[in-house]
Amino acid sequence: MDILNAIVVLLNFVIIPATAYGAQLALGALGVTLIYGILRFSNFAHGDTMAFGTMIVILCTWGLQAAGVTLGPLPTALLALPVGIALTALLLMGTDRAVYRFYRRQKAKPVVYVIASLGVMFIMNGIVRFIIGVDDQRFDDGERFLISVRRFRDLTGLEEGLGIRTSQAITVVVALIAMVALFWFLNRTRTGKSMRAFSDNEDLALLSGINPERVVMITWLIVAALATTAGTLYGLDKAFKPFTYFQLLLPIFAAAIVGGLGNPVGAILGGFLIAFSEVGVTYAFRKVVGYLGPEGWEPAGMMQLLSTDYKFAVSFTILLIVLLFRPTGIMKGKTI
Amino acid sequence: MTGVRDIRAVALFAAVAVLYLGTGFVQSWNIALSIFNMGLVSAILALGVNMQWGYAGLFNVGVMGFVALGGLATVLIAVPPVEDAWAAGGLRIVLALVLGAATIIAAILVWSKLAPGRLRALGMVVILIGGFALFRTVFDGGVIAVEAVNPAATGFLGGLGLPVLVAWPVGGVLAAGAAWLIGKTALGLRSDYLAIATLGISEIIIAVLKNEDWLTRGVKNVTGVPRPVPYEVELQQTPWFTDLAARLGADPVSMSSIMVKLSYAGLFMVVLLVLIWFSQKAWNSPWGRMMRAIRDNEVSAAAMGKDVKARHLQVFVLGSAVVGMAGAMMTTLDSQLVPSSYQPLRFTFLVWVMVIVGGSGNNWGAVLGGFLIWWLWIQVEPLGQLLMQSITSGMAEGSWLRAHLLEAAAHMRLMTMGVILLLVLRFSPRGLIPER
Repeated sequence: MDILNAIVVLLNFVIIPATAYGAQLALGALGVTLIYGILRFSNFAHGDTMAFGTMIVILCTWGLQAAGVTLGPLPTALLALPVGIALTALLLMGTDRAVYRFYRRQKAKPVVYVIASLGVMFIMNGIVRFIIGVDDQRFDDGERFLISVRRFRDLTGLEEGLGIRTSQAITVVVALIAMVALFWFLNRTRTGKSMRAFSDNEDLALLSGINPERVVMITWLIVAALATTAGTLYGLDKAFKPFTYFQLLLPIFAAAIVGGLGNPVGAILGGFLIAFSEVGVTYAFRKVVGYLGPEGWEPAGMMQLLSTDYKFAVSFTILLIVLLFRPTGIMKGKTI
Repeated sequence: MTGVRDIRAVALFAAVAVLYLGTGFVQSWNIALSIFNMGLVSAILALGVNMQWGYAGLFNVGVMGFVALGGLATVLIAVPPVEDAWAAGGLRIVLALVLGAATIIAAILVWSKLAPGRLRALGMVVILIGGFALFRTVFDGGVIAVEAVNPAATGFLGGLGLPVLVAWPVGGVLAAGAAWLIGKTALGLRSDYLAIATLGISEIIIAVLKNEDWLTRGVKNVTGVPRPVPYEVELQQTPWFTDLAARLGADPVSMSSIMVKLSYAGLFMVVLLVLIWFSQKAWNSPWGRMMRAIRDNEVSAAAMGKDVKARHLQVFVLGSAVVGMAGAMMTTLDSQLVPSSYQPLRFTFLVWVMVIVGGSGNNWGAVLGGFLIWWLWIQVEPLGQLLMQSITSGMAEGSWLRAHLLEAAAHMRLMTMGVILLLVLRFSPRGLIPER
């Protein structure tokens, strides 16, 4: 029984939260990696793009709730998601027209794009703060738990309970759908193949008649979908706060680099790797060890490697290790 | 030497001076001087970032972290030591830190001395895990003891109690050390990697300042850091000062505050002028030409026998040291360390706007950008309020949109900075005073 209890504690506090968080990071890192593969720069505005998309979803959710439209047990935000994606796509394409296209024509160095993305980040950040403010916003509704701790305990008779929040389940399901759709698109459709060709070898792709502007526009469209979905799922799971979304930039970049920048499979692996390390290193394992150890014995300390305030240090350390020993990432990414 | 460009530069500086003087005449000299003091610090920050970006094309997005290290140096140097805390657990913490450092050194030694293989990997892992466990055991007890000492007033180790001016170079040294570590790992890889590595280290430094209460009191802040200039109250009681105020016919209270700000301005000005002098010398020296050659074409510079990575590391450390020094000066000016006030938009990205707008690769340009953008950053807020008030004046009193717009005006400046950055980057990419 003790081993079962230990497993349940581990599932409840480490594996399930980390899986949900990992799926959110993976979606974010996919966006970063796609921009890197096609447009060839690290987009510092990605966190704020996620915040913008989520803000639209939140506003739309409030509107729907006010009109009395809900999804029953599911959060209403899912209904608002397409609107968020559409508006974010418009914003990103507009940004591309107004900002990035000029530098593409100039064949500017990648670092110029990065600086331009800083400017875009300022503006998007300003827009989000201007419209929705800087405070925490909660917008989840519907059924809160798929299985609540209490019900699980009653069902199994174990000492420890296992709770699965609806938002966590939805995160995993939605992320899975998004990833499958993305890989189907990249591997099976003509447009997706032309995108991969463009990312692989720009000159050759141009020679074979691929229209670069179209590829870029489709990339922004996909990035908008990924970023808004990632942001909404994160907001449902935790809470929406513009500054937190900006700070997500670090784990997302770490995930993309660990996986190999420009490599979508790597981005997903990287997302889960970062999430599991972050949650694992900052979780206090006292209870788990207590269950596994001899009867009546509990470890004296918290068995926590690092306090949760240092979760950034985890993604950073992983990043450093990868940079030192394997700069191209786990799955070989592209190098310019 | 003189030419159209010099005249243009002088005219731009004159225009910025008019902005500051105008603030003095329209608002008050007190406000103008506080903006000017932070303008001086901003100019030094921009000089430091310009060394990295303008001289060498290195993209550092961790400016905030180096600024915060400078702030930490101010506390460690200038604040008097807390004797009780040292007695309670100070030595224990120091011992733990030494143990931690020894662990890392041992791990590096094992990695570099032993032949690659299973033994090496195993040895390193054992050393790291064992060392970490030992470190935490010694460290945690010390921290608990120190933080228990009068937590409302102290609860930290304090500093060395030295004159605060010593903290400025020390801040530079601290920042240089952190920059060396980052540079060693991330330089020589792609430019984006350095950007992300510096972003990471700055977030970690801020996390340390916020959470290590034994070091910085965390979110309880360290206030009352000793100042290099007299206090206003002291001045008001000094006979020669009251005499002077009476002779000038000024109010001693407001004059004392102006006097203090002027003293800070004098100190900062000395640092800025020395730094500009050195930067200009370096820029025009063979070393400066080599740096530009490396920046413009790394491959040919390497072919000429220049060690690109070592030079990059050198200039990255130098630039970060200048930033760290500016951070120490800023904390000295505030005479308090508030870890939660370090915001990346304000301390990292705003400095980048200064450098790009002022003119990357030109020391005078960076200084101009520092003064101009800082003034804008402060003044856009009241201007935004004014704008919003005129926009909303036609709306019904008490309408929610009006209230929202008025409240949101504070966020105007982020947008303004973004727009300025994008406009300059597009239409005048070399900045207001371009590199010659």
